[in-house]
Amino acid sequence: MTTGAAVFLITVGMFFLIVGSIGILRLPDVFSRAHALSLTDSLGAFFVLAGLAVYEGLTINCLRIVVVMLLIYLMNPVISHATLRAAYRSGLRPSEEEEK
Amino acid sequence: MSSFFLAVFTALVTLMLVYLYRVVRGPSIFDRVLGLNGISTKAIVLLVLIGTMFERVDMFIDISTGYALLNLVGALAIAKFLEERGASQK
Repeated sequence: MTTGAAVFLITVGMFFLIVGSIGILRLPDVFSRAHALSLTDSLGAFFVLAGLAVYEGLTINCLRIVVVMLLIYLMNPVISHATLRAAYRSGLRPSEEEEK
Repeated sequence: MSSFFLAVFTALVTLMLVYLYRVVRGPSIFDRVLGLNGISTKAIVLLVLIGTMFERVDMFIDISTGYALLNLVGALAIAKFLEERGASQK
């Protein structure tokens, strides 16, 4: 039962991570790439770590995995925001043209 | 179950190679910073996964917590530095 739930959660998380990496390969400028990366990365890592915590069972290590999960969830948007604010203030602008 | 973990491990390493392409080829320096951020998020997940595979989560979870905090400080320092200096270097 817990093994099945863990496999399901890890598969969902890997789906999000794969979608994010397709986005970072295909999208045209730094702002859209960061959009693809930060959203899917937070959710994908969250799901994979949740699956590993479920597989671990109800121990102290499960709680520590949850702490790492919350840390990623708090830290990833902050890093993306700081990087993009630096990009905007140093003169980069989102590209207006359509991708061919 | 261990073969499933091995498959997830391989997929994560492949995704890290995709991000490494963006780090090497990124047109601006902010692409490189974002790619490094993605690689380190996957490295945190990978460390917990390695701990689960070897049944030593208690040791590897500390390493991944430390890696996450170092990643936060490093990325914020790079962002503040680039914000003050400006991206004159492509």
